[in-house]
Amino acid sequence: MSSRVLVGVKRVIDYAVKIRVKPDRSGVVTDGVKHSMNPFCEIAVEEAVKLREKKLIKEVVVVSCGPQQVMETIRTALAMGADRGIHVEVTGKEYETLGPLQVSKIMAALAKKEEAKLVILGKQAIDDDCNQTGQMTAALLDWPQGTFASEVTIDGDKIKIVREIDGGLETIQINMPAVVTADLRLNTPRYATLPNIMKAKKKKIANVKPADLGVDLTSRIETVSVDDPPQRLAGVKVETVDDLVAKLKEAGNI
Amino acid sequence: MLKTLNRTNLRHLTGLIQRFQSTLVVAEHNNDTLIPITLNTITAATKLGGEVTCLIAGTNCAKVAEQLSKVKGVHKILVAQNDAFKGALPEELTPLILATQKQFNFTHICAGASAFGKNLLPRVAAKLDVAPISDIIEIKSQDTFVRTIYAGNALSTVKCNESVKILTVRGTSFEPAEVEGGSATSEEVSPSSPVGVSVWLEQSLSKSDRPDLASAKVVVSGGRGLKSGDNFKLLYDLADKLNAAVGASRAAVDAGYVPNDMQVGQTGKIVAPELYIAVGISGAIQHLAGMKDSKTIVAINKDPEAPIFQVADYGLIADLFKAVPELTAALK
Repeated sequence: MSSRVLVGVKRVIDYAVKIRVKPDRSGVVTDGVKHSMNPFCEIAVEEAVKLREKKLIKEVVVVSCGPQQVMETIRTALAMGADRGIHVEVTGKEYETLGPLQVSKIMAALAKKEEAKLVILGKQAIDDDCNQTGQMTAALLDWPQGTFASEVTIDGDKIKIVREIDGGLETIQINMPAVVTADLRLNTPRYATLPNIMKAKKKKIANVKPADLGVDLTSRIETVSVDDPPQRLAGVKVETVDDLVAKLKEAGNI
Repeated sequence: MLKTLNRTNLRHLTGLIQRFQSTLVVAEHNNDTLIPITLNTITAATKLGGEVTCLIAGTNCAKVAEQLSKVKGVHKILVAQNDAFKGALPEELTPLILATQKQFNFTHICAGASAFGKNLLPRVAAKLDVAPISDIIEIKSQDTFVRTIYAGNALSTVKCNESVKILTVRGTSFEPAEVEGGSATSEEVSPSSPVGVSVWLEQSLSKSDRPDLASAKVVVSGGRGLKSGDNFKLLYDLADKLNAAVGASRAAVDAGYVPNDMQVGQTGKIVAPELYIAVGISGAIQHLAGMKDSKTIVAINKDPEAPIFQVADYGLIADLFKAVPELTAALK
């Protein structure tokens, strides 16, 4: 099959960083903080590259929306094996209020423009924890969705997807074109090797503005405040299992 | 004088607006029983102030409709029964919800923030061209909600200016609605014709006699420290003594000790039991996101530097292979 996959990647604060809320309660501190590709997006890229290696698809196009810095995230995906990139430039105030609704409109417009057969995204970004963009992209395109995927098998113009659900797993079959969102267990993303990082520098990244795609970035969601969660009171250390049992009994827990 | 008048007018106006509020709760069920998170969602819906309607869509809705009609706070039940709803595929449920919305003009549409709700509601929202709000933990007013971001390390208060508010609700943040005392009326809604772009094939659910993880009063969780799937038996024995559900860290799931649906954390299940016992779990940010609202946290770990001790009410620095059997024995 000679088709194209669109993969969305997001630049987020690195998963291991302990975040800090800004004193003015307007958000979290991002300046000078380590950023990387959202872990679920890495899994999405890996899956797309694997599909191309299996010759089930022809081209992997990676997209990221945001300021200049998201170019690094696109480069990382290119070093992992994506063929080319699209940087959808969003800056300033518009970037601050950029949410899943706006991103899904961009993804849907690009999927049409690029004539993609498949859009693969992570199941959620670890910063806003929304878990919405894939579902919304599918809705805007009127394509079926295979969310929280832990196994993807392409068979002709159909995809079999094993999904992680609350009680276990379920298997669905959806028609292509489709949108798939990756769960943690879909694969283990590869590390980009130095030669591949060098090669990635030569790959093309197109610059696009949301307006070129006919997407309006107006948001009707306002962030009123961002606060620290309540702190737990310091606990106690117990010496023995008997002490632990006694404490739990005293507190009425057992 | 003028001031009092204005205030009275204002109160009338608020009353009027409140009367026009109406909320649709999309019920989650397995064609046999209601999934408990729906009850927590109904409580959240009643806090919005307007009438609460529940939509049951499935291949067999009679039993669930019967259960829901008695739930306190529910005014009306809409029942849509069709074979196309097998597996609750969002491609089939979305047109139904849109048709329902067109007919009744709800101001809010919500569902529990479970795999079902997370899969479905954003699709509905995009079709209505509105931004949904995920996993809310508090309702400040009809348009202002609190949710967590960054793995629960910050609370974000958002005001939603959309014409329809689409919300998923964190089950552990709202009490379940009472299952008796309600008297909702029931109405059939006609399902739209099948879309047919997706098919549900099968599911494999983990069978267990233990309580459901998301709603258990006590949870015993294991991590990488358990070293193997077989060793999880130590936790099952302890859990049986406490009538507890058993959870796991991502490390334990990735290592194949236990199935994925047992994962507690940012990307697994969010739990808030009375008692959470973390065994051999270091306490990474992503795990804490799923359990730090537990009432009492106990940590058993041999590493005194493990971050889990920073949130534990009671910490025992010990080898779990010795401490857990001792604890199980002490509970006999």
